[in-house]
Amino acid sequence: MTEEKNFFDEIEGLDTTCRRLSGLSALVTGCAQGIGRRIALELAKEGADIVINDLSSQKEKANKVAQYIESHLDREAWMVEADVSDIEDVKRAKTQVEENFGKIDILVNNAGINRDNFFTKMEKKDWDQVLSVNLDSVFNCTHTFLDHIQDSAQGRVISLSSVVGERGNIGQVNYASSKAGIIGFTKALAQELVRDDVTVNAVAPGFIATKMVLDMPEKVKDKIKKQIPMARFGKPKEVARTVTFLASKDASYITGEVIRMNGGFYL
Amino acid sequence: MIKANQKESEPYSLEGKKALITGASRGIGEQIALTLADHGAEVVVNYNTSHDKASETATTVELEGENSWIYPADISDHEEVKQMKEHLKENFGEIDILVNNAGINRDKFFAKMKKEDWDKVISVNLDGVFNCTKTFLDDIRESEQGRIINISSVVGQKGNIGQVNYASSKAGIIGFTKALAQELVRDDVTVNAVAPGFIATEMVKNIPEKVQKNIKSQIPMNRFGEPEEVAEVVAFLASAKSSYMTGTVIEVNGGYYL
Repeated sequence: MTEEKNFFDEIEGLDTTCRRLSGLSALVTGCAQGIGRRIALELAKEGADIVINDLSSQKEKANKVAQYIESHLDREAWMVEADVSDIEDVKRAKTQVEENFGKIDILVNNAGINRDNFFTKMEKKDWDQVLSVNLDSVFNCTHTFLDHIQDSAQGRVISLSSVVGERGNIGQVNYASSKAGIIGFTKALAQELVRDDVTVNAVAPGFIATKMVLDMPEKVKDKIKKQIPMARFGKPKEVARTVTFLASKDASYITGEVIRMNGGFYL
Repeated sequence: MIKANQKESEPYSLEGKKALITGASRGIGEQIALTLADHGAEVVVNYNTSHDKASETATTVELEGENSWIYPADISDHEEVKQMKEHLKENFGEIDILVNNAGINRDKFFAKMKKEDWDKVISVNLDGVFNCTKTFLDDIRESEQGRIINISSVVGQKGNIGQVNYASSKAGIIGFTKALAQELVRDDVTVNAVAPGFIATEMVKNIPEKVQKNIKSQIPMNRFGEPEEVAEVVAFLASAKSSYMTGTVIEVNGGYYL
């Protein structure tokens, strides 16, 4: 009977026999939807308990992710609302996590926004907002949860950069600056935390089939695909599984690294 | 007989060009101001608090026979940058070359780094680049040889212990450079960055002797760079000779990071 259950789980891509993250807890920021949601699910599938984070406006979606993890993946999931660009809010969230959930081992800095505009038309607030949600948040969350991660036997900081941070992109000066900043953050912190056996890495996805990308006009999407050697967008699952790998013991000698997954778009 | 092209051996002429260098009262910025002037540019020496040092830089420029101007502004404050621009427009003219050099460090282990250490470094080093570039963009676009040159750092490429804030800001500059470069090709403006390694400025000279030795042993050239060695690369990027280069990051680090 058990064997049969596992078999079906595998068919569904829910292989609960491979639990590289059993006994660990992960916080994924901005995971009510998109890549973050898939990361939360994949980490749970591998056995991690999950702290779901997003803005209060995303509560309904976030709750669905939590419910799925508890009912289908048999892991604990707990939702904490917080605006990660506000360090006071993150500190408050940490207290709540400690009271209701416990300590985390793995932090996935995933939360991000874009406010695309040509630089000539970009307003100061477009700059400030993107920098604070995408880059300051990485400081805020990592700094606030640092003691948890340092105490863990398998501490991990994994931040989502982007191919746009490596290569730049028209209309995304703010986004590119924030995502490139994450790479500097990752490499500097990685060197500091070796002494605590904490690894710090980044993943830099290319164009991934999330709502943000799929909502683009058909013509633009075709044009982008032509520039990608694999001629397709990546899947959230493909990003999430790389994150899962970095979180696992299998990645124990990897630190300060930026793993690209862009179908060959930027090499 | 092959006739040597004499022009090839001439320095990169910046005759008739106007350049603004932020944070130019000392260190690498000061040298950039002097070097660009040496190549014939008129320069604006921007500084935040070191008035005396800035006027020294300007005086040296004047002694070399080039026009200069000094102007104080905290580049992390967008409004102050806007005021600087208005003032320069009236008294100095429109600029062709912007060198985003101003930068600070607040080194600390991450565990001990305060939120204000993070905010301060990001706002001067990265927001400052936004503020100045945004504000002077129309000047630069109207120039026939518009140039934006940003000073990043090897620390932005490689990271460094005690410099999470500095590394983030200097890496951010690389993303900024590459994104903006693609947008401004239509205006014939090039946008590039220079990433110096350890350069013999006050900042580096203040490091304890023992640590300096340790750093040098990690540099294949076994020495610190001189400010001139950075400034000449900036002058090249500012000149007409670098016309096909945009979105690049030139490393000047003695082989420290490849």
